[in-house]
Amino acid sequence: MAEPIRIIVDKCVGCGLCIKVCAYDAVSLVDKMAVLNERCTVCGACVSACKYDAIVIERRPFKGQDVESYSGICIFAENRHGALSSVVYEIIGAARELKVSLDKKISAILLGEKVREMADELISYGVDEVWMMEDSAIGDFNEEIQADLVAKILLDKKPEIFLGGGTIIGRSLLPRVAARILTGLTADCTELSIDGDNKLLKQTRPAFGGNIMATILCDSHRPQMATVRHKVMKAAEPLEGPHEGQILELSYPVLKPRVEVLEFVPEEMDTVNLADADFIVSGGRGLKDPKNFSLIEGLAKAIGGAVGASRAAVDAGWIPYSHQVGQTGKTVNPTIYVACGISGAIQHLAGMKSSDIIVAINNDPSAPIFNVAHYGIVGSLFDVVPEMAKQIKG
Amino acid sequence: MKIVVCIKQVPDTTNVRINPETNTLMREGVESIINPFDMYALEEGIRLKEKHGGTVIVLSMGPPQVESALRDALSLGVDEAILLSDRAFAGADTLATAYTLARGIKKVGKVDVILMGRQAIDGDTGQVGPGVAENLGLPHVTEIRMIEGIEDDGTIIVERLLEDGYVRLKSKLPIVLTVVKEINEPRLPSLKGKMAAKKAEIPSWNHEDIEFDLQRIGLTGSPTQVMKIFTPPKPSGGKIFEGDVQQAVTSLLAELREAGIPIGQQREEGSRNG
Repeated sequence: MAEPIRIIVDKCVGCGLCIKVCAYDAVSLVDKMAVLNERCTVCGACVSACKYDAIVIERRPFKGQDVESYSGICIFAENRHGALSSVVYEIIGAARELKVSLDKKISAILLGEKVREMADELISYGVDEVWMMEDSAIGDFNEEIQADLVAKILLDKKPEIFLGGGTIIGRSLLPRVAARILTGLTADCTELSIDGDNKLLKQTRPAFGGNIMATILCDSHRPQMATVRHKVMKAAEPLEGPHEGQILELSYPVLKPRVEVLEFVPEEMDTVNLADADFIVSGGRGLKDPKNFSLIEGLAKAIGGAVGASRAAVDAGWIPYSHQVGQTGKTVNPTIYVACGISGAIQHLAGMKSSDIIVAINNDPSAPIFNVAHYGIVGSLFDVVPEMAKQIKG
Repeated sequence: MKIVVCIKQVPDTTNVRINPETNTLMREGVESIINPFDMYALEEGIRLKEKHGGTVIVLSMGPPQVESALRDALSLGVDEAILLSDRAFAGADTLATAYTLARGIKKVGKVDVILMGRQAIDGDTGQVGPGVAENLGLPHVTEIRMIEGIEDDGTIIVERLLEDGYVRLKSKLPIVLTVVKEINEPRLPSLKGKMAAKKAEIPSWNHEDIEFDLQRIGLTGSPTQVMKIFTPPKPSGGKIFEGDVQQAVTSLLAELREAGIPIGQQREEGSRNG
């Protein structure tokens, strides 16, 4: 097998930039020339870093599809408990922007037991064609069944782009679809655009806990698939005036379910869930005691937000894991994130760095959380948090 | 019962620091570790074995140095380790990785439960688990926070975390499950485990050991390609308030309102005179 990555000897100047960016210790300098060793995973970080175009990844052409026969932008209209998931409006917003560059129609795949009203709603938001299948056998939480149907619809209808939510369901369903129809899928994108030259979908996403960004292309397979991170892209508003849209009722055989839902148990908190929250107040080690989470809850209630926590607070058993924000917890993107008594370890930042506005409250002015905070108060959270709740409540 | 746990070796981001000058990752000298989420999968696999009997096999795809991660897994009490390593696998995206792992699992034979972490902390995609399930024609459930039990008739009951609660599910085995941190607390390696891990033979399978469609592995089998990698822009310095708490909070809220955030705005009117 030929090496997929190589260094062009004539171009390498031995500057060592590639060594600095390699996370796998796979590059070294031998006689002032970069040399790759067997630790290399062909991740491409060095290719992007090299200023001299001296490192190349050579992709051999492989059995492509008839790319030209695919057209249009399709979205997955995730729905649960009888309503469209909030991420759907954000995907429609993204699709409407892509439509401006591509000039192709927007379609939506809508599956479920009773979804007819949602089809009309999708059209009012600018979807041109709803590919709908109503069947009581399609469960809310069965990605195996849904992936099978989505794959069949995509193969029949051939959209060039297929977008789903970066939700728990979306990130479980779309990989299954991609593996079925053998196409590329980019997870959790924060930016989508169309390349001016080749009209390919440019998919930008964070990796390494948000410390680097990567722009991904899928050139020879269709559809180009991506999940979209929740609450990053602006939700679409309904179109002004009537919009001509079509509802196509589809019918396919539904697989026999192998996974059966016994019960759904909603989160027992009187505050909103983290994924959907516009305001989040989080507490960390600085709270010192589990009962002090009442301060966090008090402020969260005052601003109508959800309660988050750092890993330290969760590991100490002060609050359930479902509240954990960060690399091993949830990734959130609220309008305001208030971090109280959280030092700001890189793993915590990975989960909240893309919030619109970050407010840090910490008594240590050198805490790393202040490096990413848009606003901060240096002071004891035991004074600041209740004062904030008091002033907000008026 | 036969349990396969798929793990990934990743750079230890807990030791990664950001260079404040350039806002880039300082990755030099970063150790490689088992992906933290996979540690929970390993623990759950070992617990299932302890409860129901059988074997736990750990499987990983990667360059030869991944062997050290497999030895770490063996030291925890895993029975066997298999490395899928070949330059032909290099550069695999999630589609090619899922295919390669699935072919490896197929060679292992009849498996009841396949476990992995919800995502790896370097790529953060979470796409390989569902992909492996599809390749093997098995059901899958992501975000497992608890395995309630496995019945004698070969059904498993699990709890899956969702954004707004959790759902209890029942499935037939075999199944692919991806786990979250809440599921357990991973054990530390025992001395005996470490000794055994040191001596263990770890077979390495390449593209000739398993039947592969060579069009579907490595870079060739990867539809996605990285166009560019860049560092997100450094956040501009924030506005920090110090001193009198009441004044600091008042100033902060005023700033937020000025930035167009409707925080406590509706109360503002009423409190103006009070």
